[in-house]
Amino acid sequence: MRNLISNEVKQQLIRIVGEENYDDSKAGRLVYSYDATPQFQSLPDAVIAPRNTLEVSRVVKICNEHRIPIVPRGSGTNLCAGTCPVEGGIVLVFKHMNKILEIDEENLTVTVQPGVITLDLMNAVEAKGLFYPPDPSSMKISTIGGNINENSGGLRGLKYGVTRDYVMGLEVVLANGEIIRTGGKLAKDVAGYDLTRLFVGSEGTLGVITEATLKLIPMPETKKTMLALYEDLEAAARSVSKIIANKIIPATLEFLDQPTLEVVEAYAQIGLPTDVQAVLLIEQDGPKEVVERDMKKMAEICKKEQAVSVQLARSEEEAEALRTARRTALSALARLKPTTILEDATVPRSEIAKMVKAINEIAEKYNVKICTFGHAGDGNLHPTCPTDARDRDEMERVEKAFEEIFAKAIELGGTITGEHGVGAMKAPYLEWKLGEAGIAAMKAIKQALDPNNIMNPGKVFAKSTRKRVVVTR
Amino acid sequence: MTTEKEREIIQKQFQERMDEDELMNCMRCGFCLPTCPTYIESGFQESHSPRGRIALMKAVVDRLIEPDEDVERSLNMCLGCRACEPVCPSGVRYGHLLEEARDIIQQHKKHSFLVRVVRKLVFHELFPYPERMRMAMGLIGFYQRSGLQSFARKTGLLNILPSSLRQMEKVLPNVPPLKEMKERPHHLAPEGPVKRRVAFFTGCLMDTMFMATNDATMRLLQLAGCEVIIPPAQTCCGALHGHGGEKQKAKELAKRNIEAFERLEVDDIVTNAGGCGAFLMEYDHLLKDEAEWSERAKAFVAKIKDISEVLVELDFQQKRLKAPPQIVTYQDSCHLRNVMKTSAAPRKLLRAIEGVEFREMKDADRCCGSAGIYNIVEPEMSMQILDYKMEMAKQTKAATIVTANPGCLLQVKLGIERAGLADRVRAVHLVDFLLEAAKGIQASEQEEHIRKTS
Repeated sequence: MRNLISNEVKQQLIRIVGEENYDDSKAGRLVYSYDATPQFQSLPDAVIAPRNTLEVSRVVKICNEHRIPIVPRGSGTNLCAGTCPVEGGIVLVFKHMNKILEIDEENLTVTVQPGVITLDLMNAVEAKGLFYPPDPSSMKISTIGGNINENSGGLRGLKYGVTRDYVMGLEVVLANGEIIRTGGKLAKDVAGYDLTRLFVGSEGTLGVITEATLKLIPMPETKKTMLALYEDLEAAARSVSKIIANKIIPATLEFLDQPTLEVVEAYAQIGLPTDVQAVLLIEQDGPKEVVERDMKKMAEICKKEQAVSVQLARSEEEAEALRTARRTALSALARLKPTTILEDATVPRSEIAKMVKAINEIAEKYNVKICTFGHAGDGNLHPTCPTDARDRDEMERVEKAFEEIFAKAIELGGTITGEHGVGAMKAPYLEWKLGEAGIAAMKAIKQALDPNNIMNPGKVFAKSTRKRVVVTR
Repeated sequence: MTTEKEREIIQKQFQERMDEDELMNCMRCGFCLPTCPTYIESGFQESHSPRGRIALMKAVVDRLIEPDEDVERSLNMCLGCRACEPVCPSGVRYGHLLEEARDIIQQHKKHSFLVRVVRKLVFHELFPYPERMRMAMGLIGFYQRSGLQSFARKTGLLNILPSSLRQMEKVLPNVPPLKEMKERPHHLAPEGPVKRRVAFFTGCLMDTMFMATNDATMRLLQLAGCEVIIPPAQTCCGALHGHGGEKQKAKELAKRNIEAFERLEVDDIVTNAGGCGAFLMEYDHLLKDEAEWSERAKAFVAKIKDISEVLVELDFQQKRLKAPPQIVTYQDSCHLRNVMKTSAAPRKLLRAIEGVEFREMKDADRCCGSAGIYNIVEPEMSMQILDYKMEMAKQTKAATIVTANPGCLLQVKLGIERAGLADRVRAVHLVDFLLEAAKGIQASEQEEHIRKTS
């Protein structure tokens, strides 16, 4: 591959960030050639760690002038190849920009730099009795910058929403190097287009987020956790619909099918049942009376819908063990086979039973193993296929199976990705969801803000609508 | 420095010897990153994380990169603490990958003459021979007792050493006289009826420099009701060799140890050093390709147990134990925790001691930076990690920091020196502390007895 960065440009960049923050060694580049997405790897030309917004701006200006791609990267935990530098260029890392700048207890906001680890932020605000709800499974290591760029979800999405719902203001370096601020600590603000929302979930394709002001809410007083076990998948799905129809919005409503349970239990060893067909992990938080009333009512609904057993966690430790077990579902599945393909097809929650049933039929049709878990409450499922990238024949079948799963999700009024993002992985499918005109509208925005296509190129928009999911050449 | 030709051989060896399934098992989820001390202390550099290192190993196998200086640097910087393994949802056995990669590089790298001589002496001529270990330690003992030490300290002669070694010299325990090191027991009867028959793995450093700790271990086993067999044919566990890229020698030592223990008809083989215990516990992996040894290794491995586990199983914590009133904290030995999976037993025992207020320090499960000879070969990173550790220990206001491995013990002692806490804080091996507590109760019972009868 041709080297995108001439020696002269390299020297300019080093003058901005310092020698120690510019790495173009082979090993240094290799370890930023991937993220958590299987089958994607591509070397950047250099890795740069800017120390402040001004340095980001100056780096971006040079890149814009010389048409060098820029890929902003948090901890590289995303699952859509969003931070894989598929067209080379520069990977921007935020290890120096990782400070919590302010916790404003009067306005209930926290202002952070993009490199702050999600869990560190949660712990810092919780120490002050405040709550930042979005909790992606990778929160122990994911960064806020990554969460914002991918609009990450999590287990609490049903009741509390996703990252988008907590971003109030941003500082962004645009592709031309200009620094803009959007939104602020305001509950109401209609001055112009809502650029904050535009940048959330833009996957680094429109600009580099260098600071964010996030909304906080008071910490719920109590929380309770329970498990409902089912002999029948559809009974579990029906329970989900019934709970919501009964006007209860639980904090968590997670679904795990039998194959997933087996693997998670083998890893976590906390006594999860492995002989049932499905499990719902249900949580409610809030004032004590409300939590107790809701839990009781939900337990009744589950039993009525043929749950074989409903168990309340006896202690916070037991509850935490259950939540942790759910969070490790994806990675635990990775124990089965060398390669793990994880999808996040999402449907309206009323359609969950149909979707789960369809997934099982599709898996059978193509003779592949698919384990399904996910956020049943918001219809966001994670059909996951343990496979082996070296087995070309099986990979072809896996690809076809997922194509059919996407098609089914859209048919049921759903989407190709609920929370992982489009990145390079789902780009060929975006048009299925948006249609030609939808793509054109998005491309117009991209073209206006990044005319030279330097901001994370090769993501979101496919060069052509290829019908490929998991096999990359 | 490796030459181009060496790199080519190393790359070929990577392709032949590295376990491809294990490399592919890493799904790059990144769950290991927050547990990796070098990732954190290097300011979040992916090349100093387990995920980064696995990616580099795989890239060498895939011929995406050459095994150049930077790759070697990344592998050398790893402590080998294996904190990444328990948190790895995919169950990648990172330690095995690292060991194999290091072995390949070491075996095909042309070291300088001096390094070759030192490696040969230490790995091949010293540690495998208990007799020579005793002689070498005897020399240190002579240095300490003859007045040479105080001479060297006073005259500033030690200033020729790098600062980390200079500080290390300060915290070395007093080595017992050679005569005592030679007269070791081979069989000990329990106090009271036999509850269990165990063998004791003495280790090489433990049975010389830390002989008192070994004595305490055997005494505790006796107090707990164990008949203790100490087979004289045992030798060094080979951990230093295995971690240092001398796998062949490690295998030889493993076989000698298996032979020394396999016919003893004991319930457990007891260790008191996490580093040794963990290596012994993986003899089955070490010898997996040798048909006639793999079954024997498995039988050996099944019996390895840390002293703390044996004591807890025998309800030692139910005995009355007493120490002067103080706050105590515990620093996990990485290999004891991450490989032998022993972390609750030492804490249980400490909590059982009257007078002890046990306070957990933050990140007690994070490596102290000792890591075999890491603190000598990577002093800068090691001291950075140690200083963080001492900061966390300080926050507990503990007067005693308990550890369960000789390397950790020396490192924490060094940390106490560096932090200027020597007048207030001490570091001690778990068994020494437990024996003090057992004696403490004896002493106070005696006092009681005297008071009552006088």
